[in-house]
Amino acid sequence: MTEKKKTTIVLFSGDYDKAMAAYIIANGAAAYDHEVTIFHTFWGLNALRRDENIKVKKGFMEKVFGKMMPRGADKMGLSKMNFAGFGPKMIKDIMKKHNAMPLPQLIELAQEQDVKLVACTMTMDLLGLKEEELIESIEYAGVAAYLADAEIGNVNLFI
Amino acid sequence: MNITKVFDAKGLACPMPIVKTKKAMNDLESGQVLEIHTTDKGAKNDLTAWAKSGGHELLKHEEENDVFMFWIRKG
Repeated sequence: MTEKKKTTIVLFSGDYDKAMAAYIIANGAAAYDHEVTIFHTFWGLNALRRDENIKVKKGFMEKVFGKMMPRGADKMGLSKMNFAGFGPKMIKDIMKKHNAMPLPQLIELAQEQDVKLVACTMTMDLLGLKEEELIESIEYAGVAAYLADAEIGNVNLFI
Repeated sequence: MNITKVFDAKGLACPMPIVKTKKAMNDLESGQVLEIHTTDKGAKNDLTAWAKSGGHELLKHEEENDVFMFWIRKG
């Protein structure tokens, strides 16, 4: 058996549509038998957020950030035509009609397929996100760990 | 052609036909044939590319009433 190919994706965006693209590619790559890593940084971290309010000790600014950012993948807005939250409702309706998988299920599927989900710890600090607020079975790392995967990677994307 | 398994992917949207085909393929032995039915218009290019990359052989494909059918032999 030859060495497995690698796909690495940096998910920087916190938009529902962009995160969906990232997770569709990740799931496709996993079906291609690639080892897949998604490195979540900045707004992309919100895709890993739990949807419930978790009590953690935070400073004032961290609390403000926590309130203003979407709590979980399903609450993310669209990069275009968001219409103050009406856009995502429309697109989810259309997706249901076309049998497209919603983002939260795509994330679950990625985990089932052993896609490595990584949260960038430096930006977690900046945005005031704590480990307790993020979903289970993810890894915590920085730029070096990402580069270690990416430098031997075959597909590398920044979304 | 000796078909080992039939997999119905009708109604599934990208990336599910490929993800599920891979899962179905995992249960097969090398040389066995998987028959796939799908309604996804991208499936022809997707499955062709996927089979080639995975070392499988796309034996043939047919289209009938908007259903695409594929036969892939596991490599």
